[in-house]
Amino acid sequence: MANQPSKTIKNPIKIFYEEVSKNSITIIFLAIFTGLVLGGIMAAATSVEIYTAFGTSFGEGMRATVELIWKTYSSLFIGAFGTPSKMIEALRGGESKAMLAAFKPFFESLVVTTPYLFTGLAIAMGFRAGVFNIGAEGQLYMGSIMAGWAGWTFKGLPPIVHIPLAMGIGMLAGGLWGFFPGWLKAKTGAHEVINTIMMNYIAFNLAEYLIAGPFQDPKEAFKTPFIQESAHLFRFFESPMRFHIGFFIAIAMAVLIWYMLFKTTWGFEFRSVGLNPNASKYAGINSTLITILAMTISGAVAGMAGATEMLGVTFRQTQSLSTGYGFDAIAVALLAKNHPLAVIITAMLFGFMRSGSRVMQLRTGIPIDIISILQALIIFFIAAPAIIRTIYRLKEPSTTLEPETAAGEKSNG
Amino acid sequence: MAPILELRGITKRFPGVLANDHIDLQLHKGEILALLGENGAGKTTLMNILYGLYSPDEGEIFVNGQPVTIKSPTDAIHAGIGMVHQHFMLIPVFTVTENVMLGDEYLKFGGILDQKRASKKIKEISNQFNLDVDPNELIDDISVGTQQRVEIIKLLFRNAEILIMDEPSAVLTPQEVDELFKIMKNLVAQGKSIIFITHKLREVMECADRIMVIRHGKVVGEVTPEKADNNQLAAMMVGRPVELKVQKEESKLGDVVLDVKNLTVKNRNKKIEVDDISFEVKAGEILGVAGVQGNGQTELVRCLTGLIKAESGKISILGQDVFHSNPRVITELGVAHIPEDRQKDGLVLQSPVQDNLVLNTYYQTPFSKGIVIQPKVVEENAKNLVNAFDIRTPGITSAVIGLSGGNQQKVIVAREFSRPIKLLIASQPTRGLDVGSIEYIHRRMIEKRDEGCAILLVSTELDEVMQLADRIAVMFRGKILSIVDADMVTKEDLGLLMAGITADISAKKRKPKKIREIVT
Repeated sequence: MANQPSKTIKNPIKIFYEEVSKNSITIIFLAIFTGLVLGGIMAAATSVEIYTAFGTSFGEGMRATVELIWKTYSSLFIGAFGTPSKMIEALRGGESKAMLAAFKPFFESLVVTTPYLFTGLAIAMGFRAGVFNIGAEGQLYMGSIMAGWAGWTFKGLPPIVHIPLAMGIGMLAGGLWGFFPGWLKAKTGAHEVINTIMMNYIAFNLAEYLIAGPFQDPKEAFKTPFIQESAHLFRFFESPMRFHIGFFIAIAMAVLIWYMLFKTTWGFEFRSVGLNPNASKYAGINSTLITILAMTISGAVAGMAGATEMLGVTFRQTQSLSTGYGFDAIAVALLAKNHPLAVIITAMLFGFMRSGSRVMQLRTGIPIDIISILQALIIFFIAAPAIIRTIYRLKEPSTTLEPETAAGEKSNG
Repeated sequence: MAPILELRGITKRFPGVLANDHIDLQLHKGEILALLGENGAGKTTLMNILYGLYSPDEGEIFVNGQPVTIKSPTDAIHAGIGMVHQHFMLIPVFTVTENVMLGDEYLKFGGILDQKRASKKIKEISNQFNLDVDPNELIDDISVGTQQRVEIIKLLFRNAEILIMDEPSAVLTPQEVDELFKIMKNLVAQGKSIIFITHKLREVMECADRIMVIRHGKVVGEVTPEKADNNQLAAMMVGRPVELKVQKEESKLGDVVLDVKNLTVKNRNKKIEVDDISFEVKAGEILGVAGVQGNGQTELVRCLTGLIKAESGKISILGQDVFHSNPRVITELGVAHIPEDRQKDGLVLQSPVQDNLVLNTYYQTPFSKGIVIQPKVVEENAKNLVNAFDIRTPGITSAVIGLSGGNQQKVIVAREFSRPIKLLIASQPTRGLDVGSIEYIHRRMIEKRDEGCAILLVSTELDEVMQLADRIAVMFRGKILSIVDADMVTKEDLGLLMAGITADISAKKRKPKKIREIVT
C-alpha cells in the first residue's frame, strides 16, 4: 500500500481542480448559492414596492418578491456579460461594430477583473508564505501614483521602453510598501497585519498630498497630469472600450506565481515557511529572508494592480481614488484557497459582480452596496463551512487523522 | 461480587477503521487494570467512549451491575467515572482550589464563591490520599507531577469511584513516576478503582493488578504481572516476537567528529541553560546524554544543530569550526538531526510525505536543476525511502499529518539517514512511539554507529540511553556531571547523577585522586 502509483505529469487545470476540490468545491458553490439567495432577500427587503405588494395580499407580495429578485440578478448578469439576445444577434449578423457593442459589458468586466487578479494574487502568495498582507490597497495606491509619475514625467520614450519603465516603478513602489512591514516582521516580530494597515494610511494620505501638491496638474486642481501616450497600455478595441493588455499580464502573472510556488525551490521554501517556520529553520531555510521577500513580492504584485489601472484605464489620478480592490482581494484569495490559478476564477467572479452591479442599480434601483453585502455573505459562509453543512445536511469531511489521534485531540481540546 | 464497571461488546467504527471491535472489559473494586497496546490500538478510543466523548456503535456499559448510557463527560461523572487526560486541563493563572472548583463551584449565599469550604475539602482529600497538594498555590508555580495530582483531586472532589488515567507517566520524570505509582496504589487501597492506559511495559509490570492487551481494536489477551514477562507482553502488543534488548557489538572508535569545548548557552531571558560543558564524540560510538528533562539538553542540541546561538565556547565538527554556523552549513557537513519535537521542528505536517523526505535537500542535485524542482526525482526518492524504511502511508503524496507517530518519525529517520552522514544528533528519538517503532529506530541507529557514524543520543529514557550508548554523560542544571562508560554504571548510579549527586559515582571511577577532592 506504500507504493500507490502517482502520475507524474499534471496539467495546471488538473492541479487547480485537485486543489479546489480537495475538501470543499461543493462548499464553495453552496456558499455562493446561499449568499445569492440571502442577498436576494435583502435586496427585496430594501424595496418599497415589495411592502406595498404585501399590503395588498400575501400572494401578491411573494410574486413581487420573486419578480424583483429575478430582475436583480438578471440585470446583474446583463451588466456583467451583456444582453444574451443582443449577443446572439450580433454574432449572427457578424458586423464588428454591433458585436463590440453587444460584448462591451463582458470586456468591461474583464477590465474590472484585472486589479482584482493582481491584488488577489499578491495576497494569495503572501498567505502561502505565512504572511497576511492587508496592505494591498496601499500598495495599489503607491503603484498607481508612481507608475503615473513615470508616465507623465518621462517624455519622448518609445512605448517599448516607457511602459515597462512605468510598470517597473509602480512595482517598485508597491514592493517598497510591502518590504517595510515584511522587514519589521522578520527582524522585530512586529505583526504584519498591524503594519500593513498603518502603511495603508500612509499611502492614502501620501497620495492625497502628492495629488494636491507636487504632482498636481498645473491646469487642473486636485488632479495629476495625464500620462504620455507612450505609456498607455495597449488597448484591443477603440474607445469607449477600455479592455487592455493588463488582463493578460495578470493571467501571465498568475501562471508565473503558480510556477514559482509549486515548481521551484523558492516556492518550496515559501510554502515550507508558510506552513511551519520552525521546521523550515531546522531544514536550513532562511525564514527571515523568505518573510521579507514574500512581503516585498506581494507588495510589488499589488503595485502592478495600481500601475495597470493607471496606464491602462484612468491615465491620471484624481483625488477620489478609493477602489477597495485591495481589501476585496483578501476575499478573492481566500475564496481561491490561495491557489494562484484559482484566483483567476475568483477574481473574475468579483470583477463581474462589481461590473454588473451598475446596470443592476440602473434597472432596479437597488443600491450597488448590495454587491458588497453579497460578497460579504459568500465569504462569511466560506469562512464558516459548518453553517453550510448544517443547512444542506452535508457530512463532515472525513479527516485524514487516524481515529486514535483524533480522539486524543478531541479529549485534550 | 459484581464488577464495579463492565463493558460488553463495545464496538466503534470510524470511516475505514474498526477502532474497537467487540471489546469486553471488567473492572473490580479496588484494582488497577492496565490497558496495554501500541499507539493506534484503540485504547484511547475505548476510554473516550467510557468518558462520553464518543458514543459506541454497539455495546453496553454497566456500572455496579446497572446499565448506564454515557453521552457526555457530565454523565460519566454522575456515574462516578473520571478521567485524567494525558495533557492536563488546568488554567495556569488560577489557584489549585479555583481549578478544582471549576464546573462544580461551591457557593455562598448570593452566588458568591465559597473558596474556603472548597479548599478545606481539597485539603482533606489531599491528606486522605497522601497527595501533598496545597490548595492555595497557583498552577503555574507547581511541578508537573503536582499538577497531575491536582487533576486526580478534581476527580475525587467530584466523588469519582473509577479513575481513568491516559498515559499518565508520559510527562513525568522517573522519580515522579514512582511517586505516581505510590499514589495509585494508595487510591485503590482505599477503595477506588483505576484503569491505567499505557504502552510502557515496565510500568504495567510495576503497578497493575491485571493487564489487558489490545491490538487493532481487539482484546488479544489478559494476564497478571506475576504470570507475564516483558517479551511475552511485547509480542502480544505488536503481534510478533520483539527484540527488546538491543544487540550490539564492541564499538570501533575512529577520529573525533564532534568536539565541544567550554560551551555556554543562554536562553532568551539570559538565563544560563548550558553551563561550560566539554565533550567529544568519536566516529563509531554513541554518546548518550541522560538527565531529567529541562536540564539543558534541549538547548545543547539546538545549539549544536545551529538553531540557537551559543554564548561562548567552541564547537567543531570534523575539524571545522561551526560556532554560530547556520543549520544549512551544519547539515551540509554531514550532520543529521532527529529533533526532540518532531511535529514542531522536524516535519511540515500539512505537506506530502515526498516533500518532507527532501525537506533539507530539495535544493541540491538531483532534486533540483537550478531553481526548478524535479518532481520525478523527488517522487522516485520518496518511493525508494518509503520501501526501504517501511513507512506506512497511503501514498507518497499524502500529508504527513495523517501518519501515526511512529511513521512520522520514520519519515524523519529516512530523510536523515539516506544522506551520507558523519554525525547524528538524535534527541528523544523514540518519545511517544510504540514498541515496534522503538525497536526499529534503535536498530537503525546501531547500524549507523557500526557504519562509523558518530552519534549523540539525548534521551530522558534511562533504559534507552543505557542500552544504546557506549559512553554516558549525565546533565544536571546545565552541566555535565560525569561521562562514564556505559558498561561501568548501574541504573542507580545514573539515577543519583540525574539528581545531582556525584560523590558515589565518582568513587567507582578509577581515579582515586578525584574521590579525595570530592570527599574533602
